[in-house]
Amino acid sequence: MSLSGADVRKLALLARLELSDAEVAVLGPQLARILDFVEQLSELDTEEVEPMTTALDVVNRWAPDKLHRSLTVDEALAAAPRRDESCFLVPPVLGPAH
Amino acid sequence: MSIPLDSATELLRLQAAGELSAVQITQAALDRIAATEPQISAFTHRADEAAIAAAEKIDRDRSAGLPLGPLAGIPVAVKDVLCTRDMPTTCSSKMLAGYHSPYDATVVARLRQAGAVLVGKTNMDEFAMGASTETSAMGVTGNPWDPSRTPGGSSGGAAAVVAAGNCPLSLGSDTGGSIRQPAAFCSLTGMKPTYGRVSRYGLVAFASSLDQVGPMAWTVEDAALLLQVISGFDPADSTSLDESVPNFASDVAATDVRGLRIGVLRDSLDQEGLEPEVRRAVLEAIDVYRSAGAEIVDVSLPHSHYWVPTYYVIAPCEASSNLSRYDGAHYGYRAAISDAEAAERGPLLATYCKSRDEGFGAEVKRRIMLGTYALSTGYYDAYYLKALKVRRLIRGDFDAAFAQADVLLGPVTPSAAFRLGEKTDDPLQMYLCDLFTVGANLAGIPAVSLPAGFTAEGLPLGVQLQAPPLQEARLIRAGAAFQKLTTHHAQRPTL
Repeated sequence: MSLSGADVRKLALLARLELSDAEVAVLGPQLARILDFVEQLSELDTEEVEPMTTALDVVNRWAPDKLHRSLTVDEALAAAPRRDESCFLVPPVLGPAH
Repeated sequence: MSIPLDSATELLRLQAAGELSAVQITQAALDRIAATEPQISAFTHRADEAAIAAAEKIDRDRSAGLPLGPLAGIPVAVKDVLCTRDMPTTCSSKMLAGYHSPYDATVVARLRQAGAVLVGKTNMDEFAMGASTETSAMGVTGNPWDPSRTPGGSSGGAAAVVAAGNCPLSLGSDTGGSIRQPAAFCSLTGMKPTYGRVSRYGLVAFASSLDQVGPMAWTVEDAALLLQVISGFDPADSTSLDESVPNFASDVAATDVRGLRIGVLRDSLDQEGLEPEVRRAVLEAIDVYRSAGAEIVDVSLPHSHYWVPTYYVIAPCEASSNLSRYDGAHYGYRAAISDAEAAERGPLLATYCKSRDEGFGAEVKRRIMLGTYALSTGYYDAYYLKALKVRRLIRGDFDAAFAQADVLLGPVTPSAAFRLGEKTDDPLQMYLCDLFTVGANLAGIPAVSLPAGFTAEGLPLGVQLQAPPLQEARLIRAGAAFQKLTTHHAQRPTL
């Protein structure tokens, strides 16, 4: 298979990555080669096989519905790139359509 | 007296006998770290002051006659993928440079509770993605047996610090072989426990259905000590197994392998790319067990050919999802954006994309892109769902093999430690290093790498034992027996 530069850029946007032209040029052929390699899975007939999503033989586990100590606001915000008193500060979310 | 920094068991005995204090041991470890770091660069953070303070407390508690934990006064290093409230947790990524977690991983809390002295955090492939520790944003780590070679990865730093005689124990994590392969490259014992045996709370997630924390040490006896401390149910991890943990010390002592059925993975010995010296090490290990009275049976895992492609769909898919949390908003790296960039994509999207582009290295981006592709509309069934189905076939192979054998014996890696830089240009070549190890992660079973000899050049070789779920005790029994019958684990590098 092959991935065009536009394919790689579209994928990068889905992955929220902004790649340089040089990165796009290198990644395209690398991804295509890895996808060709994993393509061999299609040789196997798995029509009747249930997908295995976990190695555990357990069903959902529910926590008891009671209060316990969690992080304080200050602890939770301590590693924020920007904050004010009680919130994470991020660039404007609303504004002119893009 | 010389301080045996290569044996936790011996250090515990010497402290109990009053011949050494925790402070003396810790100071010796810190001195040794200072001496070897210029050659191997295995730490991302060193905690000298906190380590001495922890050791002083152990010594005070001992003189006061207070009860001491099972690792009291033992220096331990921790892979930088585990959260520590008093040290940075970086995953060797620019994305988390300087990040301080507000809490300890459960395994780290258990180490402290057990009296272990944490000496620092160890280098790794970025977000545990790699097989050589070369994708680290914190520099390259050298193998103590030959610093021009890789210690393996992704827990390369955790392996190197034990092999360099810095401390007797370290904690690694293993998503596709990241404990076992570095253990093989550095002549250590390294175990990946059953999925769910050890809490993942505070282990920074790479591929959540595969990740598991485990011990690294020279000997099975020491590894079992550490495994004992970290194993067991944790309500904070919903995938942690609520199963009793056996007393592994009794398995270390029970080294009779007569009647133990050892399944030999013949197909793996004929595998293309398996170096003759690795093959020889496995054949010699078979002979050791046969002479000791074990029953050798041939078994096959028919879908083993599909392990690596299955893994390189599932692991990147989970990674692309897990790593979406690094958004430049809540913690970690945030890039500054220009007005032009803000105008082009909108300020929020521009911040996400640029922060992630600048914060992540090439291998992490490659895996996020792969996973995003395999999970995207139109490809999900062909890649992700297909891989989940093949995963069940792979698990079925193991279940069938364990009906014939108690443990499975085979190689850990196709070769001994390769040279730094040798495989960095070809991601697929690097992925194929995981040929023999990813099966245990996909199946969720425990597996251990044991020192098994050396190449003509003097590089370590390993063999791998795998057991059914929750049968770590079998690995310890069979591994301790092997180490009673061989001396590979007693060899040390000249670093």
